[in-house]
Amino acid sequence: MFETFELLTLQQYWWIIISLLASLLVFLMFVQGGQTLIYTLGKTDTERSMIVNTLGRKWELTFTTLVTFGGAFFASFPLFYSTSFGGAYWVWMAILFAFIIQAISYEYRSKPNNFLGKRTYEVFLFINGALGTILIGTAVGTFFNGAMFSVDKLNLTRIYDSAISRWETPFHGLEAVLNFHNVALGLSVFFLARVLGILYIVNSVKDDNIHQRAKKQMLYNAVPFLVFFLYFVIHLLLKQGFAVNPDTGEVFMEKFKYFHNLIQMPVVLVLFLAGVVGVLAGIAKFIFCSSSKGIWFAGAGTVLAVFALFLIAGLNNTAFYPSLHNLQHSLTIRNSSSSHYTLTAMSYVSLFVPVVITYIFFAWKSINNKPIEKAELEDEGTHIY
Amino acid sequence: MTETFDYSLIDWSRGQFALTAMYHWIFVPLTLGLGFIMAIMETIYVRTGNPEWKRITKFWMTIFGINFAIGVATGIILEFEFGTNWSNYSWFVGDIFGAPLAIEGIMAFFIESTFIAVMFFGWNKVSKKFHLVSTWLVAFGASLSALWILVANAWMQMPVGMKFNPDTARNEMEHFWDVLFSPMAVSKFTHTISSSYMLAALVVIGISSWFLLKKRHLVFAKRSIVVAAVFGLVTSLFTILTGDYSAKVIARHQPMKFAAFEGLYVGQRGAPLVAIGVVSSTPEDPNNENIKDFVFKLEIPNFLSYMAFQDFNAFIPGVKDLMEGNEEHGILSAAEKIARGKLAIDALAEYKAAREAGDQVKLTEAKDILDQNFQYFGYGYFVDDPSRLVPNVPLTFYSFHLMVALGMWFLVFFAIVLLLVYKGKISQSKFWLTIGIVNIPLAYIASQSGWVTAEMGRQPWVIQDLMPTMTAVSRLDTNAVITTFVLFAVIFTTLLIAELRIMFKQIKLGPKQEGGH
Repeated sequence: MFETFELLTLQQYWWIIISLLASLLVFLMFVQGGQTLIYTLGKTDTERSMIVNTLGRKWELTFTTLVTFGGAFFASFPLFYSTSFGGAYWVWMAILFAFIIQAISYEYRSKPNNFLGKRTYEVFLFINGALGTILIGTAVGTFFNGAMFSVDKLNLTRIYDSAISRWETPFHGLEAVLNFHNVALGLSVFFLARVLGILYIVNSVKDDNIHQRAKKQMLYNAVPFLVFFLYFVIHLLLKQGFAVNPDTGEVFMEKFKYFHNLIQMPVVLVLFLAGVVGVLAGIAKFIFCSSSKGIWFAGAGTVLAVFALFLIAGLNNTAFYPSLHNLQHSLTIRNSSSSHYTLTAMSYVSLFVPVVITYIFFAWKSINNKPIEKAELEDEGTHIY
Repeated sequence: MTETFDYSLIDWSRGQFALTAMYHWIFVPLTLGLGFIMAIMETIYVRTGNPEWKRITKFWMTIFGINFAIGVATGIILEFEFGTNWSNYSWFVGDIFGAPLAIEGIMAFFIESTFIAVMFFGWNKVSKKFHLVSTWLVAFGASLSALWILVANAWMQMPVGMKFNPDTARNEMEHFWDVLFSPMAVSKFTHTISSSYMLAALVVIGISSWFLLKKRHLVFAKRSIVVAAVFGLVTSLFTILTGDYSAKVIARHQPMKFAAFEGLYVGQRGAPLVAIGVVSSTPEDPNNENIKDFVFKLEIPNFLSYMAFQDFNAFIPGVKDLMEGNEEHGILSAAEKIARGKLAIDALAEYKAAREAGDQVKLTEAKDILDQNFQYFGYGYFVDDPSRLVPNVPLTFYSFHLMVALGMWFLVFFAIVLLLVYKGKISQSKFWLTIGIVNIPLAYIASQSGWVTAEMGRQPWVIQDLMPTMTAVSRLDTNAVITTFVLFAVIFTTLLIAELRIMFKQIKLGPKQEGGH
């Protein structure tokens, strides 16, 4: 089936898969958001334990999605992998360190003789929640604002200086924070993760005190989220974008490029608007109706909105990783992808994704069908974080 | 243009990868093997309904969980390090190498992470059978993820199923199944996985031995030993068989590594196998510090030839044959390979220039030269220093022999333990129980030695014959890599201390009476 597709079709298909994984990742970052609220929402040891334990049953899903996102990006657009990871070294390393310290924190937090003490592991979770979300958001911001790199495959023939991808600033990615538009996306992701974290916690923990505090916290986080998100979106729609001439491959600046992308791909526009409405509905349901189902609206909304943002970054003749050093070195889905053969093989593998989502759904239901209560944490037979 | 390689950057980048990979590998083999041991134990519980088996299963699950978390923590970095520190590599072979990593995520990691939650939190939430299936899926998922990453590693040692595309300046996959089922992939997977199962069996026996010596939890400890010893005996046999197969594959496809295994400098027919040897500390060849002869060695005549080619008289090339060439046996010299590699590199440049100029004649000419010489492409980067084509022979020799000797010993040990169990004397055999505890660090040493053998022995290549480390490395400031190296060393060491303290504490506490976790 896939082998009969045009290369461009496969490239588009894989950009859609990458976008889908990215959108699921941002939704699943409710774990990260929740981790920054352990002390805000939990005032006693038991309350904090309930929060940690409900998040702890999902952290691996987020982690695995991040790893799969990386692997899928590598397999489908390896030039991005080699250019961005090897270039924006400090940003990616900081993100990785933030996730390394998360992976042990749940399991080790409440174990006796854990060397660093419970509090340290909670600080690790906070660092992961804050740094992980802000940095990933900021890094994705460079998809719309560009980065300082060059790519020349001929370098491979230079014996002593054969690096194909080069970073053209000594700051290796840290310079991304100098562009407020990038940072605004980082902060949007951070506050969105906190909003989702609150909604997930009220959905999966049965405790009145936590619910009370969650309501207040929702306002404190939903408002900054909206401010940063609106700033990001409005600026995005008004700014010049990195367009590609499909015939020559030449990259050029186009006014209102991302706005055009939404108009020229009406399905994406509908997805985006539905996503935004979903997130707002999730927040409103919790604030005004005290509903614990807000996570499903806001979660689905997040997936749709992020999916749409990724689609306008790479589809419709757009350079998804623009080079500010030399516009013509920008990465597009055409010039950075794997071969037709590999994309075809990987497309068959992608057919497993619905299977994966199905068993995750059933496993999730079987574990979350009853919210966490104090009694469950006191049960000797339960695995406790 | 710089006139030499930045070896400090290359060495620190290699050091960082070695550090992170070796740390990761402290935790992975136990996870791989313990998963199945737990699954077997839980199966016995479900079949017999005996709560003691549930208690046993839960104790080993606790150990699994502590170990798994740090395995995940140390694992994420490896995937991304290909991009961060080996950026040229990521482009040059990303078309082939990226696929297994993605498949690993989609097919294996999600199974693990989804069902591990059911395994830990589902005892009172799902049916016994669903729980058992989840435990088996965790074990299966872990081994499946090992399959894909080992396929990727095997491909680096023996690149197959691809073709170099000069337009994109990279290798492109042509045959997925050749990549998946190459002899190197089969041997790498089967040997690594069976040796990991063996390590887990040794850990279970070691910890259980401690309980028996302390006269605590006797039933738990004896039952654990029975399961682990049977599992260990089978897997250690399999480890030896697959190890033998691995050696045959390496002899054919990585002759330099094979020569380094045995410290074989001068090739010969009917080559002997060095059973025990001590390498001289002074170089024999002034041009290459890695060429050092033996101070003492004990050999089994003709056995190396037999091991590699099932022929007591087969010719095994030595380091010198591979460097200086051997016409009789059709081995090109390093100088010849370097010249041909350089031809291929220059042809790539000419091809690009001809494409830009639209010169079809030159384009075809350059393409022909490139195709004829591409199999030596990586050698072209050694124009100034061919001696770097030789790996660190003493290190490879020692790590290989240590691994083999310990592997043989473990097989004997499992047999002895089973015999003692059969005779009902295991609880009284203080000597063998103590040996059981001593075997735990030995198992880890054997396992790490295996990777040192595989990875140091194939130096200087990241992709055998096609890309050396110095061409693969990202263009970073050495100080940046030193900084992250130190950060990794500090963080991973801290986490290792935490892990060990938690693990020892949990072992001291022993299995809970009520089946708690």
